[in-house]
Amino acid sequence: MILAVVLGATAGVVSGLLGVGGGILFVPALTLVLGLSQVRAEATSLLAIVPVALAGAWRQNRYGNVDPHDGAIIGGLSAAGVLAGVALANVVPQRALQLAFAALMLVVATRLLRRFFRARSAAPDA
Amino acid sequence: MASGRTLKLAATGTAAGLFSGLFGAGGGVVIVPLLVLWLGYDERRATGTSLAAIVVIALFATVAQGTYGNVDYGKGLLVGIPAVAGALLGTWIQQRVRTETIGLLFALLLVAVSADLVLR
Repeated sequence: MILAVVLGATAGVVSGLLGVGGGILFVPALTLVLGLSQVRAEATSLLAIVPVALAGAWRQNRYGNVDPHDGAIIGGLSAAGVLAGVALANVVPQRALQLAFAALMLVVATRLLRRFFRARSAAPDA
Repeated sequence: MASGRTLKLAATGTAAGLFSGLFGAGGGVVIVPLLVLWLGYDERRATGTSLAAIVVIALFATVAQGTYGNVDYGKGLLVGIPAVAGALLGTWIQQRVRTETIGLLFALLLVAVSADLVLR
């Protein structure tokens, strides 16, 4: 119970710091600590994400870091993607999808790292 | 009428939703890199705008999952409420670190996400 609260708070810090929902920590907290099945944990994680994203977006808006117009387009259009994703999950083997997305994430991570080192060499005062 | 920029935003939203539908995540790991690498956002503004989009995505998805009876409201709030405090702290910290550091931390998060996908 205390561990679940700590993991939840940590997920919130990651969410606010990096602009993600925090599901990467919510789901293991709900399965490993609170005993939910993977399916129920993923669904319940989405509920937990709502107040977290709301609080983070509210603060970031105060800091002047939110483009509400762009955010609304992305959020609104995602509904179509969710439906497509659920349909795709029923056709393509889950394992293939997981491995494909894992590879894609590593490619994107490499590009972000290159960007980081470029910024560092452009302003080497750090 | 729709400009190239609007189409890119629409594609970003669709990709984020696709990822959510496939893996039950909020979609931030898709939105932030696309805003930075494809739409020319700086890291701070990308994460702020991503959170705003995630509010909408997670609301849709929770309602959809709720109708299937998959949501455990008590346990969701047990992790979600402390996470609100965490998010306030996280956004506060973020204003105090260099923009490129956010990109570095995000790259590490993506490595963790891909490990999580492979090990499931």
